[in-house]
Amino acid sequence: MSAAWAGRSVAECAAGLRSGEVTAGELLAAARAQVDAHDARLGTVLSRMDDLAERQASSADRTLRETPDRAGPLCGIPVALKDVLCVEGVETTAGSRILSGFRPPYTATSVLRLLDAGAVPVVKTNCDEFAMGSSNENSGFRPVRNPWDPGRVPGGSSGGSAAAVAAGMVPASLGTDTGGSIRQPAALCGVVGFKPTYGRVSRYGLIAFASSLDQIGPFAHTVADVAEVYMVIAGHDPLDSTSSPRAVGDITSELGRGVEGMRLGVPREYFAAGLEAGVRTAVEAALEVYRGLGATLHEVSLPSTEVALSAYYVVAPAECSSNLARYDGVRQGMRKDRDTLLQSYLDTRDSGFGAEVKRRVMLGTYALSSGYYDAYYRKAQKVRTVIAAEFDQVFDSVDALVCPTSPVVAFPLGAREDPLSMYLCDALTLPVNMAGLPGISLPCGFSEGLPVGLQVITPLFEDGRCLRVAAAYQAATDWHVRRSPLLEAA
Amino acid sequence: MSQTVAAGADVSARDVDYEAVIGLEVHAQLLTRSKMFCGCSAAYVDAAPNSNTCPVCLGLPGTLPVINRQAVEMTVRTALALQCEIPHFTKFDRKNYFYPDLPKGYQISQYDAPLSRRGRLRFELDGREVTCGITRVHLEEDTGTLRHEGDVLHRAASSLVDYNRSGVPLMEIVGEPDLRNAAEAREYLVRLRRLLMYIGVNDGNLEQGSFRCDANVSLRPRGSSDLGVKVEIKNMNSFRAVHHALEHEIARQVEVLRRGGTLVQETRGWVEAQGATVSQRSKEFAHDYRYFPEPDLPPLQLGAELVERIRAQLPELPEQRAHRLAEEFGITAYDAAVLSDTREDADCFERLAAPGVPAKLAANWQMGEVARLAREHHLPLWRSGLGVDGLRSLLQLLEAGTINAATAKELLEELYASGGDPRALVQHRGLGRVSDEVVLGALVDAAIAAEPQAVADFTAGKQAALGRLVGHVMKASQGKADPARVNALLRERLGAG
Repeated sequence: MSAAWAGRSVAECAAGLRSGEVTAGELLAAARAQVDAHDARLGTVLSRMDDLAERQASSADRTLRETPDRAGPLCGIPVALKDVLCVEGVETTAGSRILSGFRPPYTATSVLRLLDAGAVPVVKTNCDEFAMGSSNENSGFRPVRNPWDPGRVPGGSSGGSAAAVAAGMVPASLGTDTGGSIRQPAALCGVVGFKPTYGRVSRYGLIAFASSLDQIGPFAHTVADVAEVYMVIAGHDPLDSTSSPRAVGDITSELGRGVEGMRLGVPREYFAAGLEAGVRTAVEAALEVYRGLGATLHEVSLPSTEVALSAYYVVAPAECSSNLARYDGVRQGMRKDRDTLLQSYLDTRDSGFGAEVKRRVMLGTYALSSGYYDAYYRKAQKVRTVIAAEFDQVFDSVDALVCPTSPVVAFPLGAREDPLSMYLCDALTLPVNMAGLPGISLPCGFSEGLPVGLQVITPLFEDGRCLRVAAAYQAATDWHVRRSPLLEAA
Repeated sequence: MSQTVAAGADVSARDVDYEAVIGLEVHAQLLTRSKMFCGCSAAYVDAAPNSNTCPVCLGLPGTLPVINRQAVEMTVRTALALQCEIPHFTKFDRKNYFYPDLPKGYQISQYDAPLSRRGRLRFELDGREVTCGITRVHLEEDTGTLRHEGDVLHRAASSLVDYNRSGVPLMEIVGEPDLRNAAEAREYLVRLRRLLMYIGVNDGNLEQGSFRCDANVSLRPRGSSDLGVKVEIKNMNSFRAVHHALEHEIARQVEVLRRGGTLVQETRGWVEAQGATVSQRSKEFAHDYRYFPEPDLPPLQLGAELVERIRAQLPELPEQRAHRLAEEFGITAYDAAVLSDTREDADCFERLAAPGVPAKLAANWQMGEVARLAREHHLPLWRSGLGVDGLRSLLQLLEAGTINAATAKELLEELYASGGDPRALVQHRGLGRVSDEVVLGALVDAAIAAEPQAVADFTAGKQAALGRLVGHVMKASQGKADPARVNALLRERLGAG
């Protein structure tokens, strides 16, 4: 019974629930069985939400039984939540030892909306500490492994959420994307990952990394599935002043409208040196699919792509140095009691934070320091303005951009110990965050047996168009129905 | 610039006439219903420790601030009352530093785009007009409070943190270094506090710290336009403390320079018990606050409409009101100033002095007996049992001659706290003045019979002796006799009419 549902899409599960073929309780059991079978090896999960999951599942089953008209597309669907999202009473660590034992007294808005929609949260997923990383090796607890090849990384920082979907534990999950942390692991794990426009999904209850860049978004097997999750979590929240008051609109009806006549831009800089040949081949083939669907392809240029990385590594660490100041051992999480306050601060933060977090806190502190602010932070913000303006200009002549998500496929654990080479993993995703745009990664083939991701980028608040362009590709291809060997073996 | 002062000291340090340059920074908590960025109550004083908190003001991971509109409006109101400019664009910034009372590790404040700039506060002191420029008025959040077992944090055996105050809206009013002595500084604070209370944005409580002040003090040779080495003075919890601390600090700096020493830029704390300022932190240990724009809050665009609406709602300010009271009621400038000390005082006076009660009479009673009773009962007239209307009835009775001043005083004393209708009481107790000629005549005759010596003196030409006879009648009538009538009757009877 269980194995039959592992790896199914949200739409398939929802159909099963409606037809009575399966219950929410059974889907939950299937999800748990898959976690039990593979988590020890994959390191996907940081904590389980058994009580909450059972309550949600039985409530969903009651709704499906008694008032099926009121059951939305996520009613009874098992989901996983990146451990940066607060859930009342559930240990929430952001992958950091410094937050060990922290049980928030409140729940993130995005999670509340999932709960209201009847979704069943099964597990909190592992991630890079405070969402800082591109391989999930920076988790304060243990690395996550790629379901396609457990010797390789799943990408990061939302590696656990991507791997949980790829391993068939849940049909959908939530992650967060600050510089590519949804799209890059989606690419490396062969699933769909969507980063909405900045301000589209409330950040209330999301443990911040870099506030002006962080955005919550879904993972799933199909574009239609991520669209359903997106529709539930998107929209204005009075608790997040940066969330947009614009109406979300019904984007699901847009999904099937295809790309015929659309102008798709191919940014030259995203195909530059450093792009693996196998990735290039798969993405170029995807471009041909679009041409076949009636879209026109146009080479465009985003000249600041090259400096985006440098600017990002000033802005994001600057914000993180401030956001992480609250972890001083005084109120929550870990504390090293010492004779003096200063020593207690130093020892708490020294033993609580990992190397990458400390590196970024130091970089950011430096960039904001008196005498350096203009040279670093202010300049980086100017670069950010230029990046946004370049995207703006390009979108005058094209409707969307199509390009690779990650220059490389999943690499072996330990292969990128030099921080700079790790930072380069996000070279093609972080410009999107700097401009606040929506971006999606979807499977578009394989290189050396490992998934390759195609990225679609659209203008601000054109989230619907982004999903539509991606959906058109999935309607014409079947990469998204491929499952990791882990599931095929079962 | 500090060198200029020090070099001057070498030549003729003892003879230099120094002038103090003082700038004040005031932090005033706003009287909003809720805190600056969350829904918790801004009234935290009586709450049990850490009970007036929520995930936002505790700075829990994942929480976000939401701007309190009322706090922005109150700050704009203050800025307008201080004649500041209100720019269209303003934003919040993060001020980063570690301290246990600061839950997020940063304070949300305003750095380079404050809500307002360039205002002024004008006041009179000893007949001179003083104008102190206002550099800026901006908005931020208050911190929590610490309680140490032991005197200060670094020597404490343990410290407890209370976040009830964390996130209370705090307005910072930065004054220009336009003040020249402790008296001016004190008067500036008195006037500023009164202004803030007048416009209803602050309760003016120095002791509880809802109105706090730090001072920057430097010296320069009189006549020079240079600025000397700046010393910041903290921990002054009363106007008296400000006055003493500044006098002490100015004297200390003069002494250092006259001895040929040099001053260092530092922060000093006023220690009441020692009557001295004590060094707390020198410049080398100054914080680098790493200000940057608060990414969790979009910048604010204050529309001209909003600013004009707030301007239109500004109440009459204390100086304007004093001026109007003097003009309209014909009372002295001094009385008008005292009577417009608070908005309630002035409102009370205007009600008392409505037609039927002369303004001078109302003013004398309000500033005299009523003020005394208010202090005694810790109860202002408008909250007392008697109330403003009760006092007005009493003054009307007095003005009409129904009762005399002594009776009015007694009634005021009796009714102040408990309340009651003076008119009814006067009637009930027969307290009305005795002006019946027959009754008065009898009393006067009795006095003449009882005081033969006084009668003899008076008829011999000693006018003062009449007073003794009047006194006798007044005593016999228990003060109810009309003194003017008694006088006339006595003169008539003694053939002096």
